[in-house]
Parts: sequence; C-alpha cells; structure tokens
Amino acid sequence: MPAGTLYRGREGMWSWVAHRVTGVLIFFFLFAHVLDTALVRVSPQAYDSVIQTYKTPLVNLMEYGLTAAILFHALNGLRVVAVDFWAKGPKYQKQMLWTVVGVWVVLMAGAFYPILQHTLRTWFGG
Amino acid sequence: MATEISDSIVVPSAQAHTGQGLGTGNPADAFVVEPARTRTKKTPRRTRTNFEMLAWLFMRLSGVVLVVLILGHLLINIVLDGGVSKISFAFVAGKWASPFWQGWDLLMLWLAMLHGSNGMRTVINDYAEKDSTRLWLKLLLGAATVFTVLLGTLVIFTFDPNI
Repeated sequence: MPAGTLYRGREGMWSWVAHRVTGVLIFFFLFAHVLDTALVRVSPQAYDSVIQTYKTPLVNLMEYGLTAAILFHALNGLRVVAVDFWAKGPKYQKQMLWTVVGVWVVLMAGAFYPILQHTLRTWFGG
Repeated sequence: MATEISDSIVVPSAQAHTGQGLGTGNPADAFVVEPARTRTKKTPRRTRTNFEMLAWLFMRLSGVVLVVLILGHLLINIVLDGGVSKISFAFVAGKWASPFWQGWDLLMLWLAMLHGSNGMRTVINDYAEKDSTRLWLKLLLGAATVFTVLLGTLVIFTFDPNI
C-alpha cells in the first residue's frame, strides 16, 4: 500500500470504485432519459423519432451496458445495506461481493438476447 | 471517590489534541486525544439537524425501493415482450392510462433523482477541493435536479394521449 493514501485496494475499495463509477453513469443517463421522455408532451412524432435512436445497434448495445451498470449498482447497493445493518455484514463483505458478481454475471448472460434482440433480429433476421 | 466516566478522560475539544491542562504530569498524556465519537450531554450541537445521517439513511431506504422500481421498469420496457422494439408513443400512452404505472414512474423519478443527486453531492464533496468550485458545482447540481424532477412530474401529470 502506498504511503499517504487511504485507499486499501482489494474487494472493499474496488467495489466502492465500481459503485461510484456506475452511479455517476446512471445519473447522467437519468437526465437524458427524463428529457427524451418529455418529448411525449411535444408530439408522438417527436417522441417516436428519438426512440428510433434507442433502436440503433450502437445505442441498443449501450442499453445493455446501462443494464450492466444498474444491475451492479443495485446488487452491490443491497450488499452495502447488509454491511451497514446486518451484524455479520462487515465480516462477510468479501463473500457478499463475489455473490454479487456471480448473480450479476448470470443475470447479464440471461439479459443478453432479450435486450439485444432488436439488433440481432435486424442483423440476422428471424 | 468514584467517577461515572471510567473509560476515557473527557477534555474540552480545544484542548483535546494537546492534552494541555490535564495536569497529570505524565508525558504520555500530552498525546491524549478525545475519542472521536464520544458525545456527552455537554457536547455542543454543531448543526441544527442530523442532515448527513438522514441523507445516509435515505440512500439506503430509497436504494432498496429503487432496486424493485428500476429492475421492474427495465424488465417490462426493454427485456420482456420483444425488448426495445415495442417502445413508442402508443406504448407510453398504454402504460400511463393506468394510475398504477403513473404512480410507479412518479415515485421512480423522485427517488432516483434525489438518490442520484445526493450521490453526486458526495462525489463533488470528495473531489472538488476548492470551496468556490464545490459551491458552484452543487448549485448547478441542485438547479439541474429541481428542473428535471419538476419537468418529469409535469410530463406524467399533463400527459395527453390524444395530443
């Protein structure tokens, strides 16, 4: 550990870093998302045209990335709650992080086709 | 003579770091520091409210509710029933015809914006070292948050499917 730093590395620090990075990303998306949804008050055409952007392959992939960020933030957030409120939380924080990662991998694998099906169907038919 | 305080010597905070005035004659007492979280009835209240504790509690309570609201939102909008393909003005109109989904989206908007905004406040406090930078970033954050929450609320309440 370098001198003069509070950063301690390992599961505790890196989950904190990932929680912070995903949180900031989600927050900026939330701004954009409220603004694009506000177009329903302009006209159906204005809303549908911006939603077309959400259906392009690149943005569709970004939706999968957003889901990845949200899912990690959600699962790790529950871990933080457990660390703070469950008496044995601090003792098992590492095991809980790897549980979070495991559940995250499984759910992200399961979400791959459902979320990207619009792009996959456009590319490969079906 | 018995004393009620046995585990630490409580000294006025102005003297806590120096140990001046303890008068024990023991050189080690020059380094006595008041335990960080010791509070007594005589401890002055620094602020009028427990704002930071309430913010900490809000992050955990809103977080648990948001897990349900946002994962449900993602499931219905971009996972189930063809994914993003089905999203259109008509889809939104169909959802907001029901007070249940209006309420869901309204609660999600408010909790997510306040949760995210408070998180950003923490990030700003951590990294912006200059007082004026911190102030301006937080004012900008506050203005953006108020604008977004009010805009979103207005959109949900004034939505017109026959526009």
